[in-house]
Amino acid sequence: MKKHAEFKNHQREIFHFQLRLVVSIGFVLALLAILLARFIYLQAVRHNYYQTLAESNRISIVPIVPNRGLILDRNGVVLARNYSGYTLEINQNKTPNMDAAINDLSSLIEITPKDRKRFKKLLAESRSFETLVIRSRLSDEEVARFAARQYRFPGIEIKARLFRDYPFGEKTSHLIGYIGRINEADAAQLEGSDLAANYRGSDYIGKTGLEQSYENELHGTTGIEQVEVDAGGRAVRMLSHTSPVSGNTLVLSIDARLQEIAEQSFGNYRGALVAIDPDNGQVLAFVSKPGYDPNPFIDGIDTQSWDELNNSPDVPLNNRALRGQYPPGSTIKPFMALAGLNFNTRKPEQTINDPGVFYLPGSSRQYRDWKAGGHGSVNMFKAIQVSCDTYFYGLSTELGIDNIFNFLSRFGFGNKTGIDMEGETSGLLPSQEWKAKRYQQIWYPGDTVSVGIGQGYSLVTPLQLAFATATLANGGVAYKPHLVKEVRSSLGAEMRLVASEPIYDLNIDPAHLELVRSAMVAVTQPGGTAVYASLGAPYHIAGKTGTAQVIAMKQGEKYDEKAVDERLRDHAWFIAYAPAEKPRIALAVLAENGGHGGSTAAPIARKVLDYYLLGKVPKPLQDVKEKEDIEHD
Amino acid sequence: MTRRQLWLRFIAHLDRPLLLGVSLLLATSLLVLYSADNASMDRPLAQMRNILVAMTCMWLVANLPLHYLMRTAVPIYVLGMVLLVAVALFGEISHGARRWLNLGVANLQPSELMKIGVPLMMAWYFEKHEATLTLKNYFIASLLLLMPIALIARQPDLGTSLLILASGFYVLFLAGLSWRVMGVLLVAAIASAPVMWSMLHEYQRHRILMLFDPSQDALGNGYHTIQATIAVGSGGLLGKGYLNGTQTHLDFLPERTTDFIFAVYSEEFGLLGSLFLLALYFFVIWRGFVITGNASTYFTRLMAGSITLTFATYTFVNMGMVSGILPVVGVPLPLISYGGTSMLTLLLGFGMLMSIETHKKLVRS
Repeated sequence: MKKHAEFKNHQREIFHFQLRLVVSIGFVLALLAILLARFIYLQAVRHNYYQTLAESNRISIVPIVPNRGLILDRNGVVLARNYSGYTLEINQNKTPNMDAAINDLSSLIEITPKDRKRFKKLLAESRSFETLVIRSRLSDEEVARFAARQYRFPGIEIKARLFRDYPFGEKTSHLIGYIGRINEADAAQLEGSDLAANYRGSDYIGKTGLEQSYENELHGTTGIEQVEVDAGGRAVRMLSHTSPVSGNTLVLSIDARLQEIAEQSFGNYRGALVAIDPDNGQVLAFVSKPGYDPNPFIDGIDTQSWDELNNSPDVPLNNRALRGQYPPGSTIKPFMALAGLNFNTRKPEQTINDPGVFYLPGSSRQYRDWKAGGHGSVNMFKAIQVSCDTYFYGLSTELGIDNIFNFLSRFGFGNKTGIDMEGETSGLLPSQEWKAKRYQQIWYPGDTVSVGIGQGYSLVTPLQLAFATATLANGGVAYKPHLVKEVRSSLGAEMRLVASEPIYDLNIDPAHLELVRSAMVAVTQPGGTAVYASLGAPYHIAGKTGTAQVIAMKQGEKYDEKAVDERLRDHAWFIAYAPAEKPRIALAVLAENGGHGGSTAAPIARKVLDYYLLGKVPKPLQDVKEKEDIEHD
Repeated sequence: MTRRQLWLRFIAHLDRPLLLGVSLLLATSLLVLYSADNASMDRPLAQMRNILVAMTCMWLVANLPLHYLMRTAVPIYVLGMVLLVAVALFGEISHGARRWLNLGVANLQPSELMKIGVPLMMAWYFEKHEATLTLKNYFIASLLLLMPIALIARQPDLGTSLLILASGFYVLFLAGLSWRVMGVLLVAAIASAPVMWSMLHEYQRHRILMLFDPSQDALGNGYHTIQATIAVGSGGLLGKGYLNGTQTHLDFLPERTTDFIFAVYSEEFGLLGSLFLLALYFFVIWRGFVITGNASTYFTRLMAGSITLTFATYTFVNMGMVSGILPVVGVPLPLISYGGTSMLTLLLGFGMLMSIETHKKLVRS
């Protein structure tokens, strides 16, 4: 009995154990099912996602920045180039204590306070993952010294890079402009455009001048290298490689030597000069004085130097040729004369008497001629030659502002010329409509009188005036001015010419042109206002002087040059083209606070013409200011 | 004796299905190690030596009659406890944990010994009191389990202590601990979870939290999980091909010859390979259960069942960790990860299974 019970007990125990075993098997199957489900989820359902992650782990896309295109003058003289050199760059992410790292570094390699300031500014403008240049143009010795102690600076490395260099410095600063580091604003703008991909890896972008306007030509196409990397970021092998395509070379119509001579001819004057080939609109010289050295801007200029440039009373950063707006003064007179002939307001031989003062009918307000006592009996030819104000007071009054506006706008006044550089201003050619809009005022006859001699509301840029002069020189056929003559592909043969087609013909009566042009030649002959300009010249110069008032004279007050502050003196203008019979060059010169066009602006023009037409290089310049005025405007 | 008789004698105590399953897993180990070691023979050769040593021990244990096996239980357990106390007192500190005992010649990790020692001791204890089992016996068995675990958890080695806890619990479970008591224990465990949590080390909490959002610390603690998951997932259905795993060969996978070797395998052989491996493990586990079911004594049943379930648990914990559903605890993939100690422990276990299977008739008769 007992034995039986024990046996039964044993049987029950076995049964219980086997039940537990079945539960165990169920437990194991459940565990395996969980794993199976997880594997199916990872390897089948989410495979594509993890595949992508694995690929982005593995493949690193390295952009190869193309070499920027060169900028050459019309004769192949290099105006912007690249050279290779070493820089010391700091990786922001790997350098937690920037100041300490720089201090440490300065014990090894010279870091000037200027470098520090520049770097600080750069740091403020940059994105946190960027590496920034702390020193550029390292000498071989410095490179060696740093390389030996590189281990002390985990976040700092030496990089060999191509640098931009402007050999002409400030002489071409307003023409070429400069490139600079892509800042946040640039990056935001690129991000929105389809250029974003092409700028991956690029650190620089054109900021001003032709560097900015032709950015798309100069930048080139970024190459791509797909590299397989390991977990440490080391490249294991190259998967694919697309070479970058260097930027295109710009060949300018500018003559670098002419540009240099024009620049030097200004001496101490501020101002601008634009010279154009009237046959095709090619700009031969494009000067804005003073310039600035563009080279420090490339890697970020330090704050102090920037402030000096930005706050200088000479405003060296202002591109006067492109953006400076000044009253045209008497340089408007040849165009005004053409308007008079065009609307048959005055016959060429018709004379007026100039007593030295002009009155509007029924008004006692005096409009004085620049010459006290007047020029006596004056016809149109003489009016241009001696720059008779009274004649043009009357002519403009008779023409009326509407006719003046319609005719002068055909020469491009009041409009952008459309030159291939960004940032042009349009000057101002006033009209009734403009005044109503701007001042909510009606047009007064007195306004027209001022416009007649290029004062009052009228404003032009040196570029506009040069363009109008070139159109005049070319018999009334306008060519859009352009600085770039051709774009050469870096790949070789391909070459694109920038259009030289006439944009419009003003259809001016040849007889009218003939009269005005001969009068302009007389301007530079004895009896004219710029006789000094053509003294001893073996070719004829057609020109016109002008004076732009900086301060307005009250009724009855006499302008006395000696009595006013230098910076409040009148601006001097001179427009010219030569040779008068078959013009090859047309130009406009502005000398700020230069007083009279004939004495300060015309000699600058003469040096440019002499070089361009005769190949004559001027003697070292004397101070133009000290010269006695020979003639008056 | 003829040569043939000698051979038969030699293999008499080797369980052929179990040997087949284990051998296939070991072959897989060598194959994957070659790839994980970047096509170098260093690790596979070293692993072969580990296998050889462990196989010899397995053969010895398999030939050991069961009563000898039972006799080893108390000495092994006592030795283990002494060593654990020694470690706590004079152990070497490495990676912030006191786990090793420097014996001059080699470093000994006594917790490894307890992986076998604890279930062995508990099974022995239940066998002794088989006829008169009361709740008191379960309580004493639990103390036998909890003492070494407390020492190991203090080292700290949470992974090992949890796995030994599991192997001990399996013995309790198979020994017939009532469902009601287990229910109470479960409730107590859940209730004490917050207390346990506060007792964990910072890095241990971190590892558990990492499980829920590995991207929080993608380059730190989450890195292992993320890269392993990417490796497994990018393997797809058929895998990237042997020796072609990018995560493996470009160094993205950490610990790829040891704890994370499954990611290497899964990246190169895909879902199909994973299924094959799961099937292989299940075959071995199934055979373990068959042996358990056939076992003739209380001791052998408990021992075989615990060994089999523990093996299954190791497999699950490792694969779960590599595929990102369990926290990163230092558990190797059984029979496949590189390493001599775990290989030895595992094959000793399988040796016992074989002994249990091949000596049962002798016991019955």
